[in-house]
Amino acid sequence: MGRVITVTSGKGGVGKTTATANIAAALAMAGRKVVAVDTDIGLRNLDVVLGLENRIVYDVVDVLEGRCRPRQALIRDKRMSELFLLPASQTRDKDAVQPEQMVTLCNDLRDQFDFIILDSPAGIERGFRVALAPADQVLIVTTPEVSAVRDADRVIGLVEAAEKGPPQLIINRLKRDMIRRGDMLSPDDVIEILAVDLIGLVPEDEAVVVSTNRGQPLVLDGNHLAGRAFRDIARRLQGEDVPLSEPRASRGVLSRIVRFVRQA
Amino acid sequence: MSLLSRILGRGEPPSGQIAKDRLQLVLVHDRISMPPAQMAAMKDELLSVVSRYFQVDSDGVEITLTQSRRTNRLVAEVPVFGALRRVVDS
Repeated sequence: MGRVITVTSGKGGVGKTTATANIAAALAMAGRKVVAVDTDIGLRNLDVVLGLENRIVYDVVDVLEGRCRPRQALIRDKRMSELFLLPASQTRDKDAVQPEQMVTLCNDLRDQFDFIILDSPAGIERGFRVALAPADQVLIVTTPEVSAVRDADRVIGLVEAAEKGPPQLIINRLKRDMIRRGDMLSPDDVIEILAVDLIGLVPEDEAVVVSTNRGQPLVLDGNHLAGRAFRDIARRLQGEDVPLSEPRASRGVLSRIVRFVRQA
Repeated sequence: MSLLSRILGRGEPPSGQIAKDRLQLVLVHDRISMPPAQMAAMKDELLSVVSRYFQVDSDGVEITLTQSRRTNRLVAEVPVFGALRRVVDS
């Protein structure tokens, strides 16, 4: 029986789609059967972040309106055979989908997948409600900025009011140097303000831009800081107890050896 | 802010601290969904009630919303000089 995880934020541009793509890919790399569902009807982007935009035939609205079966709309990622995408419609708007329809669809998908990851639209309107309705678990993405944290607080209140349990927080785009100088909210500050549990700390990483340019999730290649952070989140979602620390760049040979030994 | 002025303890606090303070203040109002103007009106009313019973030092009045975890608390600090006798007229 699959678990439905909704990734949301309130504010746009904080990294919801990047987080969804990388968490879904990391879970698939760990051998889980995963479908990433883009619920941002009219503004689809998960397809380009995953590099699957050229293979879309049907979309989620086609499924909900009965023009095709879910299986026909699912796009299998060739790099990871356990990862699927259910794309959003680009030509319709948010009114095309009811929350109950998304619940029904996700219940169907539960039989076939271990994880159903929903990428929510920004905002707190209809599209957000649709993405929230089927959730078993909610992840809130924020950045350490006043506007993003304020919006995250509002969304946390709405998630709790909808009785979706306490959401868990991903703090994205952390800049160590700025935090050290006192010029950026630290993870501790954000947690103290929002009073929710943390599930991941993701450092600012230029490799995110490069991976999005290429349409290849960061977790697929190399040892990028942000990629490691998303892999850690995926491990926590699978119940592993991974210590919550922000991944750091290795300083030299010794720390590499230490990490190698730890991972072995 | 330069290192020197930080060592000497002058100037503004670091901007991260300013962000935290501003957020904590704005979220108290967001969560209780009471706009600052309404809050100000309530303070005035509260004060006018208290000053029917006490002589109040209105300069020292501090009425604030505070929060711990996700619960809110209205804290009123009202310095008073003494009770006013004439209110007991019922």
